[in-house]
Amino acid sequence: MRGVWKKAEKTLTSPFWAAVVPYGWLLLFFLVPFLIVLKISFSDLKLGLPPYGPLTEWVEDGVLMIKLNLTNYSFIGTDSLYLFTYLESLMIAVLGTAGCLCIGYPMAYGIAKAAQPLRTVLLMMVILPFWTSFLLRVYAWIGILSPHGFLNKALMKVGLLSTPLPLLDTTFATILGIIYCYLPFMILPLYASLEKIDHALVEAAYDLGAHPFQAFLRIIWPLSLSGVMAGSMLVLIPAVGEFVIPELLGGSQTLMIGKVIWNEFFTNRDWPVASALAILMLIFLIIPISIFQRLQERQIRFLDAD
Amino acid sequence: MQTKLPPSLKLAMSVGYSFLYLPILTLIVFSFNASRDVTVWQGFSTKWYGSLLQDDVLIKSVWISLEVATCAATVAVAFGTLAAVALSRLGRFRGRRFFGILTAAPLVMPEVITGLSLLLLFVGLEQTLGWPKGRGVLTITIAHITLCMAYVTILVRGRLSDMDRSLEEAALDLGARPLKVFTAITLPLIFPALISGWLLAFALSLDDLVIASFVAGPGSSTLPMVIFSSIRFGITPQINALATLIITGVAIAVMMAGWLIHRKRY
Repeated sequence: MRGVWKKAEKTLTSPFWAAVVPYGWLLLFFLVPFLIVLKISFSDLKLGLPPYGPLTEWVEDGVLMIKLNLTNYSFIGTDSLYLFTYLESLMIAVLGTAGCLCIGYPMAYGIAKAAQPLRTVLLMMVILPFWTSFLLRVYAWIGILSPHGFLNKALMKVGLLSTPLPLLDTTFATILGIIYCYLPFMILPLYASLEKIDHALVEAAYDLGAHPFQAFLRIIWPLSLSGVMAGSMLVLIPAVGEFVIPELLGGSQTLMIGKVIWNEFFTNRDWPVASALAILMLIFLIIPISIFQRLQERQIRFLDAD
Repeated sequence: MQTKLPPSLKLAMSVGYSFLYLPILTLIVFSFNASRDVTVWQGFSTKWYGSLLQDDVLIKSVWISLEVATCAATVAVAFGTLAAVALSRLGRFRGRRFFGILTAAPLVMPEVITGLSLLLLFVGLEQTLGWPKGRGVLTITIAHITLCMAYVTILVRGRLSDMDRSLEEAALDLGARPLKVFTAITLPLIFPALISGWLLAFALSLDDLVIASFVAGPGSSTLPMVIFSSIRFGITPQINALATLIITGVAIAVMMAGWLIHRKRY
């Protein structure tokens, strides 16, 4: 009898319960919703709520009929505007990522090289904007880039411009906004990989007569590649699907896929096409996402290895 | 790596930090501008802060956002910690690899897709089960828990792997039950990660516009949603004043979190 109680108590306090709650939550609120998007992307548009038709139908004698409607996908495929939007999103995200890398790499390198009390301060100063409101940081650029904004005023005062440049509502402004907002995401993983580099390796290169540039190209850059990849994926993946930045800074001429999904959903109320666009965006992102997952798994395996 | 920084690197860094901080600085400076024009300085004034207090829609949205963020951060810390403990302390169990991918996936999922998919789930659930009734604070909170959990799991997992496992093993050897070991040894040691996880989750929830816009219902606009709709109408010094308040609040919170993390490691 005592044994039974012991066993029951053991099951009830078993640590395996720890996995059940978060596992169940993620299945219900992450995996299932995603499957619903997949399903709706194959259904047809209907008036009413929800504005889409069923995929399965019971026809007589208990036969279940499943119809997969591919028109949403073929519609997206035939309208070159959508293809153009995907390509433009990708181009903007790639340019934004490259910009983050150009500005972020020297900063991360400098932080990693700085002596201790300063290093923590510099690192905190990178993290701080990342915590402040994303929306308000994008908003700040409207005041800077608008025709009567600070940048145009400054350029005109110096005499470089006679009439204000149209900076706001351009693709350029969108890329600038992406660089600005995602810079911390680039610097932090770069710093993490640069900080680990053993300086003795760089010294050895110098002793053997290497130029600073050669030492950078052959020692530091290859050793920081994992940070470069992680940072680039952290910027590229959310940037492709970005909505707020192109909406506020890009104007009507900048088409990005996040904005198009938003408009299909809220303005056109075409849920099936919005779902199909979302699925296609994920297919687009599968390569960068799997690179990122692999990097992260490697890091966690490294962490768990002790 | 500690050497003297070359001047070119110092220049690159000052350019980088100016790029990060000048836009924020313009927001703060012009929140004290007397003129309605955000780009022309016409004397010092704090009237925009006063007008913030009279904006009922804004104040209501602040309360909704704080309510959602507090609930979401608290639940996300609980669930995220459980997930992290399951992943790093339970050894191999069936579906562990899939679970690992599932806990990190919300991090890389574009917000537009997370928002869209959760809305479709809520609509479907309401049609079939009658729950949740309509959309509002509850659905936004559920969506934010899902998003924030992923961040908490990563933070706590990192802390758990950093931690000296011999303490837990010693307690187990001395006959403590796993639950007792968790509450008496593990939890106090990972507590700083829980605090910073809570603050991160709170900030993420407070900051989210896209997901909330999808799953919010009438009358449950969060602060970012109200800010977004007023930005669409143009720039006003009132938003600058609000930005200044938020930035100051966040700066204090980040310094607190930084102090907690960099205090003593163990």
